[in-house]
Amino acid sequence: MGKTIIPIGPYHPLQEEPEFFTLTVEGETVVDIDMRMGYNHRGIEKLSEMKTFENSTFVVERICGICSTSHPYAYTRAVEDIFPMEVSMRSKYIRTIIAEGERIHSHLLWLGLAGHFLGYNTVYMWAWKLREEILDVMEILSGNRNAYAMFKPGGVRRDINAEDIPISLKKIDSILPTLDMLKKAVLDDPVLHARLKGVGVMSYQEAIDFSALGPTSRASGVARDVRKDSPYGAYQEMEWDMIVTKNGDVFDKAVIRILEMFEAAKIMKYCLNNLPDGEIDAKIKDVPPGEGIGHIEAPRGETFHYVKSDGTNRPVRHKVRAPTFMNLPTYKATIKGQTISDATIILAAIDPCYCCTERIAVKDGKGRMLYNGQDLIRLSRSKTEKIRQRMGGR
Amino acid sequence: MSLKLKALLKSPWVFHLSTGSCNNCDIEILDCLTPRFDIERFGMLLVGSIKHADVLLVTGSCNRMSVERLKVLYEQVPKPCLVVAIGTCAGSRGIFKDSYNCPVPLDKIIPVDVYIPGCPPKPEAMIAGVVKLIEKVGGSK
Repeated sequence: MGKTIIPIGPYHPLQEEPEFFTLTVEGETVVDIDMRMGYNHRGIEKLSEMKTFENSTFVVERICGICSTSHPYAYTRAVEDIFPMEVSMRSKYIRTIIAEGERIHSHLLWLGLAGHFLGYNTVYMWAWKLREEILDVMEILSGNRNAYAMFKPGGVRRDINAEDIPISLKKIDSILPTLDMLKKAVLDDPVLHARLKGVGVMSYQEAIDFSALGPTSRASGVARDVRKDSPYGAYQEMEWDMIVTKNGDVFDKAVIRILEMFEAAKIMKYCLNNLPDGEIDAKIKDVPPGEGIGHIEAPRGETFHYVKSDGTNRPVRHKVRAPTFMNLPTYKATIKGQTISDATIILAAIDPCYCCTERIAVKDGKGRMLYNGQDLIRLSRSKTEKIRQRMGGR
Repeated sequence: MSLKLKALLKSPWVFHLSTGSCNNCDIEILDCLTPRFDIERFGMLLVGSIKHADVLLVTGSCNRMSVERLKVLYEQVPKPCLVVAIGTCAGSRGIFKDSYNCPVPLDKIIPVDVYIPGCPPKPEAMIAGVVKLIEKVGGSK
């Protein structure tokens, strides 16, 4: 049978972000997949080098709206890694609270969208209705629904008021029974079992080979979690479980995310109940020359930031690696041999976040680098001028 | 007011277009559809194809790769069509003004009817913005 190529995108109703897939199919069966990225590239790493260490936090927050805590968290940890310094316990707890709140809302978001992709809009509406409640908690604690702007190198920018804690705890407690109902409804649903079990399987070895991260790898039995492996924040202060399953199919990825929400709620509640007193800001004056790395467990996996300082008030190099960058190639393993109708949910199963992933490297077919950073800046400046003139600007 | 425009305002179907946004505005648009805000009760519906759309909701800072697609898509929309720029990025590029990959703001590429600022704008702000758009085009009640 001849091969057919199905183009998907870049603007398609399946996912919110623009990206371009080409599925090579034989009849109904997908035999290969290729991706074309770049519709979300905004040059964040370069922008970050134009800003001061403190202002860069706001730029990295805008890498991704859903991971708007993970990126600043990893970035501030990278800056704090440049020179020996200790962040106060209170700010560590506050950071943990915000990070776990983000995990709950991100997983609920994924669960809803996964239901939507399956044509199961009830799950979509339920999950997003619940998500509003957790966004309310975040709004109470930080003042905003999505971009919290709570982080700064050396601590947090805003304190959590004592009077906000009981109301937040009450709200979290009120979410849990509904979340439990949703968990049972999703995990015991025969329709979802039929749609998701055995679909898009990634084996343990493939997860290792592709260096899959986060829930994507934990669903295949790879027990990898930065919060356990190299503890940061307040995670070693309390008991919580890392959820690991064996099968590696889409159903297990859903199970992991659902169960992780309960763990996240547990961590949040512990931190809110045991918030220690103290300063929230270490007041960094100067950042000495040096390099630092920071990595944290985002809802989708390990987010990694590298910052290099030359002693001025700006980073000279800032490198970002988002979890989706490692998880995207697993499509090659999971989608082969599946039908087109299952492709939608398999592509969504890693919880892809393309705007996190869009970094740039120009290579030729043999893998040699064609331009270095300086060349790219020069090229892009001249091209920007050309485009501005063509558009009649400035 | 033309009959086409009058019919459009009864039940504006929206198409969502991300030109290199950070997802924040996009998930807030989806939030408008879900139970708490539920704009479907006003006849607004998120459609999957550009050819069914009456209103374009554009988010993001218009990077180079998506600008080409944006122009193609704008040509495909049945006219009359209204364009709403959602978020600071689409309005003025905001924090990405100095970026090498976001050379021109959205309103230099396609005509924009309403700007909804915010990073991200709340769902309430989006609903208020669309209501203002309807009032502006349809004349005050």
